[in-house]
Amino acid sequence: MTHLAAWPVLLPLIAGVIVLFARAGGVQLQRMLNLLAVSGLVVLSIALVKVSQAGTNEVYLAGNWQAPFGIVLVLDQLSALMVAITSMLALAALVYAIATDTDKKGAHFHVLFQLIIFGLNGAFLTGDVFNLFVFFEVLLLASYGLLLHGGGRLRTRAGLHYVIINLLGATLFLFAVGALYGVLGTLNIADMALRVASLPQGEVGVVAAAGLLLLLVFAIKAAMFPLYLWLPAAYTHTSAAVAALFAIMTKVGVYAIIRVHGTVFGADAGVLAGYYMPWILGLGLITLMMAAFGVMAARGLREQVAYLVLASVATLLVAVGLNTPMALSAGLYYLIHSTLIAGGMFLLADMISRGRGRFEDRFESGYAVPGIILVGGMFMFAAVAMTGMPPLSGFIGKVLILNASLDHLWSSLILSVVLVAGFMMIVSMARSGSLLFYQVIPANEVNHSANGKVGTTAEINATGEPLNRISMLAVIALFMASPMLVLFAQPITAFTESAARQQYDNKGYIESVMSTQPLQERSE
Amino acid sequence: MEWLISLVIAVLTASGVYLTLRARVFPVVLGLTLMAYGVNLFLFAMGRLTIGQPAIIDSAATVYSDPLPQALVLTAIVIAFGMTAFLIVLALKACGELGNDHVDGLPLAEDKLPAGKSRVGETHNPIDKSQRQADRQ
Repeated sequence: MTHLAAWPVLLPLIAGVIVLFARAGGVQLQRMLNLLAVSGLVVLSIALVKVSQAGTNEVYLAGNWQAPFGIVLVLDQLSALMVAITSMLALAALVYAIATDTDKKGAHFHVLFQLIIFGLNGAFLTGDVFNLFVFFEVLLLASYGLLLHGGGRLRTRAGLHYVIINLLGATLFLFAVGALYGVLGTLNIADMALRVASLPQGEVGVVAAAGLLLLLVFAIKAAMFPLYLWLPAAYTHTSAAVAALFAIMTKVGVYAIIRVHGTVFGADAGVLAGYYMPWILGLGLITLMMAAFGVMAARGLREQVAYLVLASVATLLVAVGLNTPMALSAGLYYLIHSTLIAGGMFLLADMISRGRGRFEDRFESGYAVPGIILVGGMFMFAAVAMTGMPPLSGFIGKVLILNASLDHLWSSLILSVVLVAGFMMIVSMARSGSLLFYQVIPANEVNHSANGKVGTTAEINATGEPLNRISMLAVIALFMASPMLVLFAQPITAFTESAARQQYDNKGYIESVMSTQPLQERSE
Repeated sequence: MEWLISLVIAVLTASGVYLTLRARVFPVVLGLTLMAYGVNLFLFAMGRLTIGQPAIIDSAATVYSDPLPQALVLTAIVIAFGMTAFLIVLALKACGELGNDHVDGLPLAEDKLPAGKSRVGETHNPIDKSQRQADRQ
């Protein structure tokens, strides 16, 4: 046993405390410390991915208590991947927040930022269901603070809905956990899987109901139909850096489904093996359709991007619901792509909104964005990646998922829904792009109203902000993930395949968790 | 005793659900609190009901009550407590900013505008403009 698995949880917690006390040293000091901590986390998480590639589960016994009596943290390829994506996304979001002074709009932005990473990493690494609940609450409480950061009427209203639905989710989580504990007598995921495998006939019903209740809780987090209605409002009205970071929040729900349900109700679970899968697949397909309608009906760019995030989660749910290692591997590839690109897209939408002055991100012709060729080109790049057109990573991800679905009973339904939804998204992205970048109010027409003074677009555009180079850098860094995923598609798919195989190998997971021995006291 | 505790959990949860579905923020907060009470009792009962048994190791004891649900309930109480405090502050903030305690902040004039109608170029109301400026940031 090494302490490796505990570091991604400890680092943000310690950094959060330090950043809190650094408040006395001013916001610049906080920024520096936060950047340092997040960069350190990126390095650490890449090292963890390297370690996990060996294919063994790195088990950490918290407090040196043997499983299932103590809480365990488990680092495998899936959790290492999630931690790595989180840290990269967080770094870009943080750079953007600093470049646009988002962090100065209220107190404790940097502390909450570290705490949400603490909660996310904890949720990705824990091997205990109750511990998962605690980490969920940690990340949710930090997310409430970040969501409301900066204030504003619409933001408060969206935040209120978000908080209330997540509190309901927490209550349901406790009901599910309580029911599972009442029957199984354990909350360690590996131990639960063992107990479910030898479940007496009379108790199958209770466990099945509790499992579905737990699925409902994760569905709220993952924004699965019909529980997605909180997402567009919350993501549209919060600040851009926070919305970009929240691109990983929905993925936490999907991860929890893969980890908890995939392990506890895996292939060895007897009658309960994979009984929840049709729900995920069916509801995922419905979510995808609803998201496509949302993308078409959106009135502003940020609302549209929020629905695109929903569509990417839905595609991911479909991949999980197919219930094969091949489909899961394709889903993981799509997860890397969609999280990073969606995060960048929120930042870009904010940049466009700032550049257009009083027109913000509404779909109507307005002033040209400063640096329109660069921004417009990036928008087109992101739209191609997000809607899944060749040659970027969205296309490869979708092809992999659809390829994995060919053997499934519902393959024709899955193919048609995914392709039709993709087509609808392409049409509406093309429409919004041409509206934002081609149908601009000509400069001389604007001149007329602005005291007849002649000047460049940027000057006339008094309320629009000029292009911010550093924030541009953050967006470009996130978008670069897409060509990288294409160029290195072979090693990355090899990694996701091995991660998916490891996730489907429940026996290996249970074995490594249950057999890890606590450290012996050193004799004198 | 079993029927009593199950009845209590049922009544607490049912009232909680009813109140949570109300349109005003205050009943919603009360409903969430009642549901938290209900779920705490439920968690406690999942360790099986025992009377007068120690939860930690005692040399004189032969039978123990399950300590784990007690630890879980403690954690759940603390979290629910913190969340309720946060929600009350947020509800007050929403009440101040939206001008009423409806969960959707509905009666404000701006929300009644039809969806397609654009508000660009609307300058007659200075308060509205500064509000929108604040919303943007």
